[in-house]
Amino acid sequence: MERRKVALPLTKELARTLRAGDEVLLTGTVYTSRDAGHKRMCESLAKGDPLPFDPSDATIYYVGPSPAKPGQVIGSAGPTTSGRMDAYAPTMMSVGARGMIGKGARLPEVIEAMKKYSGVYFGAIGGAGALLAKCIKKSELIAYEDLGAEALRKLYVEDMPLVVIIDCEGNNLYEEGRREYLKAQQG
Amino acid sequence: MREIQVSQITETIEHLCIEANEHLPEDVRRAIQKCRACEDGEIAKTVLDDIITNYEIADAECVPICQDTGMACVFLEVGQDVHLCGGDLTEAVNEGVRRGYEKGYLRKSVVKDPIRRGNTGDNTPAMLYTEIVPGESVRITVGPKGFGSENMSAIRMFKPSAGLQGIKDFILEVVESAGPNPCPPMVVGVGIGGTFDKCALLAKKALMRPLDERNPEPFYADLEIELLEKINQLGIGPQGFGGRTTALGVNIETMPTHIAGMPCAVNISCHVTRHKTEII
Repeated sequence: MERRKVALPLTKELARTLRAGDEVLLTGTVYTSRDAGHKRMCESLAKGDPLPFDPSDATIYYVGPSPAKPGQVIGSAGPTTSGRMDAYAPTMMSVGARGMIGKGARLPEVIEAMKKYSGVYFGAIGGAGALLAKCIKKSELIAYEDLGAEALRKLYVEDMPLVVIIDCEGNNLYEEGRREYLKAQQG
Repeated sequence: MREIQVSQITETIEHLCIEANEHLPEDVRRAIQKCRACEDGEIAKTVLDDIITNYEIADAECVPICQDTGMACVFLEVGQDVHLCGGDLTEAVNEGVRRGYEKGYLRKSVVKDPIRRGNTGDNTPAMLYTEIVPGESVRITVGPKGFGSENMSAIRMFKPSAGLQGIKDFILEVVESAGPNPCPPMVVGVGIGGTFDKCALLAKKALMRPLDERNPEPFYADLEIELLEKINQLGIGPQGFGGRTTALGVNIETMPTHIAGMPCAVNISCHVTRHKTEII
């Protein structure tokens, strides 16, 4: 299948054109955060404090990179398991964040929030940290430095190979892909 | 009696941590390539190609294959005719991990308290297992273990009446519920027998065995082959996007157990299953 080029920010209109199973090459600014960072961001929101970045139409990459070697933009940087962010993702979407990049299953309440706010869940290949680092052209630490690998970074990515796992209508590649494969085997 | 300085253990562990994280073992590469050749899912083929490109980049540029450079599992088989001198062995092992993770630009992924958290900053302590064996050498294996897959592992204390079928169903159930989370294609390490703790250790040790080496007992070798076939009929596929290649291999380790029990542990690993051994 041809990989479709997608340029961020992820507006509602753009989100609605993406469908589960689409293979895309993503270009633009994304923010990194794992559970420790999400916890802090949600605590800030609860207190009415601003986030370290503007969440409108933003895409968050669930990643904790390895340290950059001299001359590298970033170390290896593949996705972490998204399920750990499920407790925070609906809150993030409620303030405008729309894209999520990770790997693994999501809870029904996250999928419901995606339908409500036109969210998109992209899958990056788990374990392909060296390959994915090649697509990261800029990396800037913007908050929570004390969290080390879990600090919040602003990245510029170019042609990052991703697959739409769950689209804003709730279609889910984890269910469809498996079902279709098994059907083809029987057929 | 042979004297070995613990500083030599430190140095060995330092470079094993780096090499294990940058260069995927040959047996795992062969398994991935073999699976790519017989994969028939469309997205699955793209995913396996990207996985191969990834370990080739890591190899050529000496960077970590995966950013989760794991907890450092260290297995020491110490010959009983060896005298380890020059310091504290456990500290020497931790020092090797500390240096390796710093020098290799590997991610520090260990927190000092399971509930109160807080990164230890140097990826120590190592998960250290020592065994006294005959001889006068020290065999060191480092297996960095990522937690995306570790979190999908499980152990169950069966009644003996559950029999072979109970064990088979359990292993398939663990793989099924792991689904896309442990970065499939996965490697399935199984421990059967022993006590609760020994059983889990057997499962971890199973992950250190090369994927093209079967259990020496034909009964268990056949079971490994049968389970791999059944797992690869589940349709989960690479990354869970659908396809044949859900697992690269199933390794089973067993030991005697109590008349009243039949423990079974399933330790799930990913396509970046790392292990590197050296003998001093």
